[in-house]
Amino acid sequence: MNLKLKALKKSLWVYHVSAGSCNNCDIEILDLLTPRFDVERFGIILAASPRHADVLLCTGIVNKKCVERVKEVYEQTPKPCVVVAVGSCACSGGIFRDGYQMAGPLDKIIPVHVYIPGCPPKPEAIIAGIVKFLKELK
Amino acid sequence: MIDKLKEKLKDIIKDIKIHNEKKIYLTIDKNDLKKAVNIIFNEMGARFQTVSGIENFNNFELLYHFSFDKEGGIIVSLRTFTEKEKPEIESLTGLIPGIAWIEREIWELLGINFVGHPNLKHFLLREDWEENYYPLRKGVKTNGK
Amino acid sequence: MANRKVLVPIGPYHPLLEEPEYFQLYCDGEDVVDVEWIAGYNHRGIEKLSESKHYDQVTFLVERICGICSTSHPIAYCNAMEDLAGIEIPERAKYIRNIIGELERIHSHLLWFGLAGHFLGYNTVFMWVWKYREGILDMFEMITGNRNHYGMLKIGGVRRDIEDEDIPILKKTLSQVKGKIQMLTEAVLDDPVLAARLKGVGVLTKEDIKNYGAVGPIARASGVDIDVRKDDPYAGYNLVEWKVITTENGDVFDKTVVRLLECLESIKIIEQSLDAIKGKKGQICKEVREIPEGEGIGHHEAPRGEVFHYVRSDGTNRPVRHKIRSPSYVNIPTFKASCIGETIADVCIILAGVDPCYCCTERISVYDKDKNKKVYEFSDLVKMSVEKTEKIKKEIGKEGKLWKKLL
Repeated sequence: MNLKLKALKKSLWVYHVSAGSCNNCDIEILDLLTPRFDVERFGIILAASPRHADVLLCTGIVNKKCVERVKEVYEQTPKPCVVVAVGSCACSGGIFRDGYQMAGPLDKIIPVHVYIPGCPPKPEAIIAGIVKFLKELK
Repeated sequence: MIDKLKEKLKDIIKDIKIHNEKKIYLTIDKNDLKKAVNIIFNEMGARFQTVSGIENFNNFELLYHFSFDKEGGIIVSLRTFTEKEKPEIESLTGLIPGIAWIEREIWELLGINFVGHPNLKHFLLREDWEENYYPLRKGVKTNGK
Repeated sequence: MANRKVLVPIGPYHPLLEEPEYFQLYCDGEDVVDVEWIAGYNHRGIEKLSESKHYDQVTFLVERICGICSTSHPIAYCNAMEDLAGIEIPERAKYIRNIIGELERIHSHLLWFGLAGHFLGYNTVFMWVWKYREGILDMFEMITGNRNHYGMLKIGGVRRDIEDEDIPILKKTLSQVKGKIQMLTEAVLDDPVLAARLKGVGVLTKEDIKNYGAVGPIARASGVDIDVRKDDPYAGYNLVEWKVITTENGDVFDKTVVRLLECLESIKIIEQSLDAIKGKKGQICKEVREIPEGEGIGHHEAPRGEVFHYVRSDGTNRPVRHKIRSPSYVNIPTFKASCIGETIADVCIILAGVDPCYCCTERISVYDKDKNKKVYEFSDLVKMSVEKTEKIKKEIGKEGKLWKKLL
């Protein structure tokens, strides 16, 4: 398992899952690709399908309509994979915690390895979270 | 504006509430609703905004909001009531095609039946949502219990 | 019936979701014959949550309805509460609300423009426009402390003031963004490929706009002159000079032009508002002790159109009912009028032209009308759209020259 994780560190393919979010975290994730932050120079690339992904970036409270989808995406992602909960909604439900559509938060549905709180977390915070996790792997 | 409305709607209006110069609320009977909407939307040319459904202690209330943009931005809301037991009202999809979604939503969340709606099925909630479980009703807690 | 294979997805520039679909299109060969929309993936039960929070907490709740037009909902909600209780906000607060509302409009239109560029195959434009957008986000951070979800509004006024010493930096950033937007507008108006690609595509007539109650830039692009800021002024919109932009044709090209020109008007409003508050002191919020029993309606011209809030109160400190209607709710159904009869290659740009909340554009797939089999994924649609642009480029033989100046 450790060997495989080490191999992961070369170039990370990231897949983004949005499960009932307000899109702010999603836009901050997209912002990472723009010239200002430009994570592609670190080898972090956005994958087009979960089957190619090493990292799952999940945003949003998981609402009842999305539960199966999130599980399906997790099954399709080859293990080992890292699940990152981006934003307060994915970490704990945020301000929507008490609603009737809440089926989350994310760690009730799939195992989560990294939590990046914030509403939304700044792109710098997202990068810092992923880098911190990579250091932990060492 | 009030005078124009009074003239066009005449005896359909049961009650008028003028909140301020730009917000007028007219109470009408639910059987006159289609006629009133036809006058306001087609004859007077107002813009349809949305429908608000509210549950009160002994009835359900529906507010149809229309905006007269070029006559000073006045919003006229038509207020109708239906019974608590088996709430239903005529669907207006024939008059206003854009009303289809909001009627579906109110049916789904509050349980008011829109008679004549072409497509009354679940919209925002899951397909397999429980029957007779209307989240927006007062008896249901915020977290759905 | 064309038996196309599913194409391999390309260009991972934006997050793609395979399922569940928001839009299902039924096609007959190359033409779209029907559209169905499946909703609910973002439904979080906000109207119900609103009833369990007190009025000041609701301001923060409604901010998180949408990430892009984050401040539109608090403005409409505060308008509704101020209508209910008959509160008039102080003048300085009016100008600050202007500034925040218009900055958001610029950021949202630039975001949209980047995405539209991506769908058409102008990927470098997407990257650079989002970079210019960062200037606006920096301004937000300077004024409010956050790039999105600013928490600036309060019933009775605003929560934070703008310091005099920040104003020169704000104006400088604004003039830089203005220069870029002016270049963008010229590049779009001048480009023969865009004109051939977008003119006549996805047309909405005035009749369609009326039937669906559509609002915002898509209504103004069809020649319907409605804008809440002019028709029913609130905040400081009647204290500054600006005009409503309308065009006549209602196609996607017009929608693009309306949005870009609106950004320039927004910049005018912000500059005038900054000048109005500079060097002056004033109250930014009126103290509100109690909310009386009653009902209030508030609306605001968000970047996508009119946001409508209705609040009913019974004298306690929580709402009895809070009804929210965002502009995409009335704008998205116009898809039925604008897509049926068009070709599949144009579908993603037509939908993008309506500017639904971002996540909605991701989930479209196309089904074969008779066999009910999925023929195309969203990534295929993007590819087809890009290919069509390339084909038109070759036919016309020249590209817009002004893009080079921008990039």
